[in-house]
Amino acid sequence: MSLIDLANPTRFLALTARVLPWLAGATVILLAIGLYQSALAPDDYQQGATVKIMFIHVPNAWLSMFVWGVMSIASLGTLVWRHPLADVAAKAAAPIGASFTFLALLTGSLWGRPMWGTYWEWDARLTSVLILFLMYLGLMALWRAVDDPSRAARAAAVLTLVGAINLPIIKFSVDWWNTLHQPASVMRMGGSTLDKSFLIPLLLMAIAFTLLFVTLHLAAMRNEILRRRVRSLQMMQASRVAFSSEVGTGSRQENASTGAA
Amino acid sequence: MTALSALIRRDIRIALRVGGGALIGVLFFLTVVVLMPFAVGPDLALLSRLGPAILWLGALLASLLTLDRLFMADHEDGSLDLITMSRTPLELACAAKALAHWLAAGLPLIVATPVLGLLLNLDMVATGAVALTLLAGTPALTFTGMIGAGLAVTLHRGGLLMAVLVLPLSIPVLIFGVAASQAAIVGPMTFGAPFSILCALSLVSLVVGPFAAAASLRHGLD
Repeated sequence: MSLIDLANPTRFLALTARVLPWLAGATVILLAIGLYQSALAPDDYQQGATVKIMFIHVPNAWLSMFVWGVMSIASLGTLVWRHPLADVAAKAAAPIGASFTFLALLTGSLWGRPMWGTYWEWDARLTSVLILFLMYLGLMALWRAVDDPSRAARAAAVLTLVGAINLPIIKFSVDWWNTLHQPASVMRMGGSTLDKSFLIPLLLMAIAFTLLFVTLHLAAMRNEILRRRVRSLQMMQASRVAFSSEVGTGSRQENASTGAA
Repeated sequence: MTALSALIRRDIRIALRVGGGALIGVLFFLTVVVLMPFAVGPDLALLSRLGPAILWLGALLASLLTLDRLFMADHEDGSLDLITMSRTPLELACAAKALAHWLAAGLPLIVATPVLGLLLNLDMVATGAVALTLLAGTPALTFTGMIGAGLAVTLHRGGLLMAVLVLPLSIPVLIFGVAASQAAIVGPMTFGAPFSILCALSLVSLVVGPFAAAASLRHGLD
């Protein structure tokens, strides 16, 4: 089944209805294994038990960037190939990506409290993730600001692609800025290479979180398609009501009630 | 070529005439800088230390505020549709409009910088450095802001939404603009490195901005 076959929303709904339970099951199993493995992982000699925040924090941070990549591909689909489901994919991904980014920031600052002695440090990574979070919020605000979905889709697609070009530039300039104002007391992650006992749970968690994103994304796309159907049905009904009340000048109330029924 | 230069001349003339409002940006810039001592106190040493940052923030906000007029006025009187349908490529027309906007609204900010530098107790070198970095950096602000202006006109929304969308994109310009001016004033870095990156940012936005704005106009106008 190619990407073009999925252009039919009904076929997409039927396919995802079959796939989603399996995906959700796989996500739950992998998450359980990953959490168990990361609970079993040894404490770090420097950071103690707090190193286990990493198993939640790193997958969230990885997904915060991955989701923007998915949205960029979807935006290309909107602008270049005009795939009918591309803007649904882009719209559904934005809140999920914003949540992952927020969780990355939250776990990062909870990790920073015992390590750096402060919840927030203007560290290069934290700062650039914060800017990424702001851009997600701006994109969601753009989706919400316009009531016509196709018009909002094209505007959001342009903005997503510009953001995709700009994100590496922002990352680079924040790194530069941070080396200019290097604070004195920041403790860095000690090891450059991760031990195997950390690496395996981390990879498991990364895969589990990616599956979680795919599951949530497909479910959100289904919701969005259904929401659009409801909206167009409502619009059709409203226009029918308006039309019938225009024709029947005498009893406007009755016509409206029959139109609604 | 003549069509583009005619477009530039027309835009500048409209911006400078009554109702154009390009010079309001300078007034806003002045007001923001005057507000600063009330917020941080009239300590001249502190003001001269914060001076480049204040001037850059003021210029950033001033150039942002004038931006939503970039396409909006033309959209209202219908000339934007003519520009979209004309034989000159829309990307070039967008670049010409942004250039005219920068000449009418961005350049006056740089001319005003020395006066504002006096108010903030900046010496000659510091004022020159800030003015030079603004000269290199404000085109980047205009050309990235043009993307926001293009989106604003297709969505019939301006103001806050545009500011929220455009401001994160202008963070690199702010970082390198302030870094270059600080490098010239207190060191220890060389002025050249951040300044050339600032110029590079301007050049990149010169390429990306018109294409993105033209794409949003072409897909968004009906």
